[in-house]
Amino acid sequence: MKTIEEIKAAIEAAVPGAGVEVVPNASPSGQHSLRLEPSHAFEVAKFLRDDAELALDFLSNATGVDWPDKEVTEKVKVKRLVTKTVDGVEQSAEETVEESRKRVEPGCLEVVYHLFSMAKKHGPVVLRMKTVNRTDNVELPSLTPVWRSAELQEREIFDLFGIVFTGHPDLRRLLMWDAFKDHPMRRDYVDPDDYEYEPTAHEQVLARAAAHTAGEQIAGASAGAIPGGGQEGIGGK
Amino acid sequence: MSLSGLEKEKDRPEGWNRPRLIEPDGEGELLEIAMGPHHPSTHGGFRMDVALDGERVIRLKPVFGYLHRNHEKIAEGIGYLGSMPYTDRLDYICSLTNNWAYALAVEKLTGQEVPERAEYLRVILGELTRVQNHASSIGFLIQEMGASGTPLMYAFREREKILDLFEGLTGSRMMCNYMRFGGCRVDAPEAWLTAARKVVAGLPGFVDEVDRLLTGNEILMARTQGVGVLPPELAVNAGVTGPMLRASGVNYDIRKVDHYGIYDRFNFRVPLGDHWDVYDRYMIRMLEMRESISILEQALKDIPAGPVMDAKAKIRGFRPKPGEAYGRIEAPKGELGFYLISDGGPNPYRYRVRPPSLINLTVLEDMCLGSDVADVVLIFGSVDIVLGEVDR
Repeated sequence: MKTIEEIKAAIEAAVPGAGVEVVPNASPSGQHSLRLEPSHAFEVAKFLRDDAELALDFLSNATGVDWPDKEVTEKVKVKRLVTKTVDGVEQSAEETVEESRKRVEPGCLEVVYHLFSMAKKHGPVVLRMKTVNRTDNVELPSLTPVWRSAELQEREIFDLFGIVFTGHPDLRRLLMWDAFKDHPMRRDYVDPDDYEYEPTAHEQVLARAAAHTAGEQIAGASAGAIPGGGQEGIGGK
Repeated sequence: MSLSGLEKEKDRPEGWNRPRLIEPDGEGELLEIAMGPHHPSTHGGFRMDVALDGERVIRLKPVFGYLHRNHEKIAEGIGYLGSMPYTDRLDYICSLTNNWAYALAVEKLTGQEVPERAEYLRVILGELTRVQNHASSIGFLIQEMGASGTPLMYAFREREKILDLFEGLTGSRMMCNYMRFGGCRVDAPEAWLTAARKVVAGLPGFVDEVDRLLTGNEILMARTQGVGVLPPELAVNAGVTGPMLRASGVNYDIRKVDHYGIYDRFNFRVPLGDHWDVYDRYMIRMLEMRESISILEQALKDIPAGPVMDAKAKIRGFRPKPGEAYGRIEAPKGELGFYLISDGGPNPYRYRVRPPSLINLTVLEDMCLGSDVADVVLIFGSVDIVLGEVDR
């Protein structure tokens, strides 16, 4: 199989301006990945599937990763003018001082795909894509039209991480119920205090049931039965 | 689900390779039913919203999540080893292969070596798991066809012998929690290996018995042949794996492709189907049981003496270096993979299970469209899923 650099070169030759970036992996598994530009991801995916040599026809695994905003403290060397009084005379000299500064690295949501080839029996090739941020700009192109196996897995990512896949044919929650609001796999998700969820609005069910029994009582009354006693009403006639 | 709500599905995007949706012909009565979540054939909480035109299925939407407990989130909050017993509860029929897949993924992340005897034990336990999974899967399939009891009890009789072996070695019939990163938890005593050889010697007779009982059975053939056809192009594109994929005629067995563990030392064949239907899926499982028995005989003959744990393996203070790894095995139901990201801490930063049961259900609607409602139960049974793994 081609090395990750060769795959990157092949993609760049086939899809001009694809903007592919190699993400090295330090672990002994040696599974390096390719970060795709979301705007070109769909064409790149099609190329990877249809290229005769790569023939990555099998999308095995698709999953999301949450990278929250990170506060980084770093030491910075700063040059500044320091005024000192030496022997009664004011002198200003430039000194290098170490300062610790806090900086917030903006977070993002990431989606990771593992591709294999069933025809050539090689793999994995790992693809990644990042959203712009974690709040309002969380759209990524769906790869379901290229590989059907992403259908349920992208629904799961949408459900648990909140990444919106544009071009997905049926983007609904997969595991949580439709009325659920949050995305539980995000790292800043907070469990609710109590777990008495009511997936079906309980008041509505009770109201319907009350209306139903009320109707029965009226029907029984018109037949001359004792009001409120259904069974006896039928037997009594 | 309402029929009107599904109308928009007619405009599906290009390259969306699924069969043309079937329109009602106006002869039968239109009916929408929810099969499940308490339907006896769904093996747990699972629902299929089915739209019928008379007896014919014209739409089918699977509804997931009844058993969801966010296994992945729980695993990210505890140490690496802490998730090992929990993997037993994913596909609770095949706990040992779940252990194996997780151990393999962590070993890829850390680069640990596994001693030879442990590799042999893993193969023996993995193949025993495959035999009992396929046996009970066939039993359930026939049970759902209406043959209440007999085939399932034959399968369970044999499964119980294998579960006794698991209990003897690991202490538990189904929640085995046996494998560790870099080996296995305890060594198998010689008496256990003798008992295993005895059970394995009895397995070919069991498969012959089921063969005689079912393979040529007229009712089975009439109910399953030509039902639930899954063409190979769709199977590959939809990421279907395991016996289902091979029943569609695609030669892809991860034991042969990845050569993980020591599978390149054993002689075995990969059976392939050529009608792509429910009967082929039944036949593939029968043939795979025979191949597994052959692997078991070879492994039990060759198993060497030695340690079962890597001496350098660290149990306490286990912190893999930052990085990521995807490890996968050929579990009885398909490709079971674990994707792990380490940030150098004691807990995995990201822990993902690639569940074969869920992904094999992607094509459920494709296989069911146009068939009778009674066949939906059969097609669903031939996928062979466990809800603990689908919903996680």
